[in-house]
Amino acid sequence: MDNKKLNVWDRIRDSDIYFSFIKSPTAIASAIILFIILFCSFFVEFITPYNPFDPSSLSLMDAFTPPSWTEDGVAKFIIGTDGQGRDMLSTILYGSRISLIVGFSAIIFSLVLGVGLGLTAGYFGGKYEMIVMRLTDVQLTVPSILMALLVDGIARGIISREMHDEMAIYVLIFAIGISEWPQFARVSRAATLVEKNKDYVSASTIIGVSNFIIMFKHILPNITRPVLVIGTIGLALAILAESTLSFLGVGVPPTTPSLGTLIRLGNDFLFSGEWWITFFPAIFLVILAFSINLLGDWMRDTLNPKLN
Amino acid sequence: MKFNNLLKILLTVLFVFASTQTFAKTIKWSMQGDSLTLDPHAQNEGPTTQVSRQVYEALVTRGLDMSIGPQLATKWKAVDPNTWYFFLREDVKFSNGQKMTSEDVVFSILRAKQPTSDFKEYISTISGVKAIDAYTVQIKTSKPNPILLNQLSNIFIMSKKWCHDNFAIVPQNWDASQETFSAVNAMGTGPFKITLREPNTKTVFKKNSKWWGEMKDKSVTEIHLLPIKNAATRVAALLSGEIDLVTDAPVQDLARIGSSSGHKVESTPQMRTIFLGMDQAADKLRTGNTGDNPFKKKEVRQALYQAIDIEAIKKKVMRGLSEPAGIITFPGVTGYTTELDKRLPYDVGAAKKLLADAGYPNGFEVELRCPNDRYVNDEAICTAVVGMLGKIGVKVNLFAQTKSKHFKELKDNQGDFYMLGWGVPTLDSHYVFHYLYETGASWNKVNFSNADVDAAIRVMEGEVDLDKRNAAIANAWKIVRDNIAYLPLHHQVISWASKSNVDVPIRPNNEPLFRFSSIN
Amino acid sequence: MLVVAFVSFSLFNFVGDPINNMVGEETSDEERAELRETLGLTDPIHIQFSRFIVNATKGEFGISYQLRRPVSELISERLPATIELVLISALIALISGTLLGVYTGINRRGFLSDAILAISLLGVSLPTFVIGILFIYLFSVILGVLPSFGRGEVVNIGYWSTGFLTSSGLKAIILPAVTLSLFQMTYIIRLVRAEMMEILQTDYIKFARARGIKEKSIHYKHALKNGLIPVITIAGINIGTLIAFSIITETVFQWPGMGFLFIQAVQFVDIPIMSAYLVFIAFVFVMINFIVDILYYFIDPRIRVKAESASG
Repeated sequence: MDNKKLNVWDRIRDSDIYFSFIKSPTAIASAIILFIILFCSFFVEFITPYNPFDPSSLSLMDAFTPPSWTEDGVAKFIIGTDGQGRDMLSTILYGSRISLIVGFSAIIFSLVLGVGLGLTAGYFGGKYEMIVMRLTDVQLTVPSILMALLVDGIARGIISREMHDEMAIYVLIFAIGISEWPQFARVSRAATLVEKNKDYVSASTIIGVSNFIIMFKHILPNITRPVLVIGTIGLALAILAESTLSFLGVGVPPTTPSLGTLIRLGNDFLFSGEWWITFFPAIFLVILAFSINLLGDWMRDTLNPKLN
Repeated sequence: MKFNNLLKILLTVLFVFASTQTFAKTIKWSMQGDSLTLDPHAQNEGPTTQVSRQVYEALVTRGLDMSIGPQLATKWKAVDPNTWYFFLREDVKFSNGQKMTSEDVVFSILRAKQPTSDFKEYISTISGVKAIDAYTVQIKTSKPNPILLNQLSNIFIMSKKWCHDNFAIVPQNWDASQETFSAVNAMGTGPFKITLREPNTKTVFKKNSKWWGEMKDKSVTEIHLLPIKNAATRVAALLSGEIDLVTDAPVQDLARIGSSSGHKVESTPQMRTIFLGMDQAADKLRTGNTGDNPFKKKEVRQALYQAIDIEAIKKKVMRGLSEPAGIITFPGVTGYTTELDKRLPYDVGAAKKLLADAGYPNGFEVELRCPNDRYVNDEAICTAVVGMLGKIGVKVNLFAQTKSKHFKELKDNQGDFYMLGWGVPTLDSHYVFHYLYETGASWNKVNFSNADVDAAIRVMEGEVDLDKRNAAIANAWKIVRDNIAYLPLHHQVISWASKSNVDVPIRPNNEPLFRFSSIN
Repeated sequence: MLVVAFVSFSLFNFVGDPINNMVGEETSDEERAELRETLGLTDPIHIQFSRFIVNATKGEFGISYQLRRPVSELISERLPATIELVLISALIALISGTLLGVYTGINRRGFLSDAILAISLLGVSLPTFVIGILFIYLFSVILGVLPSFGRGEVVNIGYWSTGFLTSSGLKAIILPAVTLSLFQMTYIIRLVRAEMMEILQTDYIKFARARGIKEKSIHYKHALKNGLIPVITIAGINIGTLIAFSIITETVFQWPGMGFLFIQAVQFVDIPIMSAYLVFIAFVFVMINFIVDILYYFIDPRIRVKAESASG
């Protein structure tokens, strides 16, 4: 990236994103779907009258009610209930909130860690840089799901069991976040290396601006675009990783189920005719991940054609 | 004479050859869990015994109708209330060809009494055992024992020589994670021998050609045990024809399996009662929030009892396949009556009042421990209980885990509130009292203690006058029922699903006997 | 490698008291101390660590808490299942991924290309376990053509048990292998496509066209060969990912491999199995990186030249 190109970029930044967004029906559609999901998940208390996490509000006699449009359906449970009599729709929305919280937190965690390490590595160089980059190499070869399983396994050993249920969600965030940071670190280091040698940075150093300010004020803005792309795609991966772990039974506890937990629980009823218990959470998860991926794909093409 | 023998041998060889050649058939059997160990004295646990039963035999055994009959012993007699004689079959060989004699029986019973044995309490009344001659065994008991035969039907006979040769003289120490030859190998006198053992994956039983008895269907030559943990996968495997028999078919899938043309479902009440235990001795609950132990008060226990809508559990969770229970024993067991088995009524209002009277108007918090792979829908039952107790203000935190951890931690006294199921292999109430109610008993994890019950247990053990004994049993049941020592839930109904042409008789103790199986 | 060994060693030693995991509460303090002594837990850390390394190189990781059997035995029983599964799905992913990638790379704007890309994106969004459940439902239960679990009949060749020699074994591997390969396939499609598009823009392809070389020959002989280098690297690195994702596939299909063993170990906090699995995975990664480096050397002449001039 040379100077001239960067300036051109800077000038059209505001308009080109908007322009290509308007031009891309997939991007608009996926953004709308995402927005609806986000809105419903975070304001679920105001949308549905049920709280599936309060066991005393449930009635076991409501269990296995099929979706409302089928023969035995009941209007108050639009897409039916599960084996405990929980309303599926609200359970899914509450579940997707947990999935989203874990996904977002994990990505923010790895973003902060990755960008922090990448920036400082690129800026200070030397042995420190070597160690950080070696770490990213190692980390990149360790698949996220394995890393997460390991962290979870160790956490189970260290944390007492009483604590584990409460800690589960933090362990999960850490476990997923820790495996996504190298991407961020690589991008931010590369950008830092480019910026570092520019005149304005040298000038700032000479006039005594602190390293911290140079890094965060001057270099950081240059990497927002690739970081945004990586973050979006990473978000889909993180949500899938969370649901996978929960499906395997090492994620969030069944009392506060995420989408993966719901699919695992519903799986037992796949052959008995109560298909809705596993079908709806699964389809919801796929729609969520697919729309994030579509958005990420569009972003990659638009914001950063060079990024693979 | 000689010619005759030769002819016999020739005929047998010809017959065996012909039968194995033409109709070698395999039954692929699946269930949720696997045997924990092949050592027949190391773990007294359902699936473990189910596997051992195919390979090992006992002096006496229960037939298809669950009555006690001869197995390795042809007859027996008690010369006085404390001395028994057992006369052994003389044509029994172990699967390695070695003859079974009274030495092996004496060795095995003593082995089951070793400190590492899980059966040592079970046969604690046996005080001495010795060989009178090669095929006669004398067993002495410390006091008259009316249920000795019942107990002996679960003590499997091993080869003394095999155990000596393979350093397996004492049972595997399960609690200390010991690794022994006998835990991964089995060699008995039974109809099958194990030729391949991959725990949790595959166990292959081959017909034991040296077995003394006769198979119902000679074409059944192999049994494969393929445990499948996930219920849906297990059903899928059955429906797609990869599995012939599932001995724990999920209740929710029975309708689906039954409607499939190539499959059939059989159900029978199981000899197992599911219940919840509450530690009523501890001064403070380990997982509570009140600083004391609410379970000490009978009112609290009764409140929990009456807050559980067992009919809803039966209808929704068990899909009708359970029998609500009032005591932890079932029809067919000495001492059972329908009167005792009546439940206290489901009554949320009464439960709330009881709780308030006991001084907990706002309820309390406690953890419920549950296995998730042992009983029919165990975790789902617990989840339902959590919701029902929540309605009277008791906040229950569910902790469900795999059976081996669940049982081990219960034994280590880590549970305030837990689920357990109890079968009665001896078909006598004594078994229940001895393990669940007697002061300090090994599975009395509610720490129930009542001098009258303990005294009644002594009567059950020593009284040969049946009327007096039955009166003691009835009295003991009344006491524990009135005290609400446990919260009984239901008697389990078990369901076996199989291909239509595979016939394995269903048995109330959930133990398949493949020697009675047939394939059409 | 050593780092991983140390991590798994500390896992073994510090995550929970191994003694507590082995004995019940009734065990007296004296007995505990004695057991500690016999297990060598009182020795200094570095001695314990070197003993761990020595044992690990011999393949000994102690006895599983859960199954009460030596971990080495369990691993060697399960290893062939996982390796066969991973190899087959790597092949599926590589071959079909490359073919589809080349197609979409050449026909940039075709309807089929767009469809393939959209489906591949959907493939990334579908969690592996959902695909697995779907496959079981469709192919085993409804159509009844493929087995839903396990490996079918296996044949033992020495220590190795293979499912390749029986028809039921071959049938059994189809669903899990395809399920496992889908995620990788989408990556490879995208990668190959990007590479192809880039290479087709380069000068030497333009020269080749100018020289009148057949289009097909350009695509496959010139372009693809160069495009394969990053593909092989990624595919190599992704063998590790495949092994990790086999945990899920093995769970869904009850495939008796190491992943299934591992997930049960995690739920049970069965530290010996976990640490052994970790060392195994680390070993696999080191090997993969090594092999990929060697392959590089053979495929890319530039590296060979560089290496030779460096050595010469």
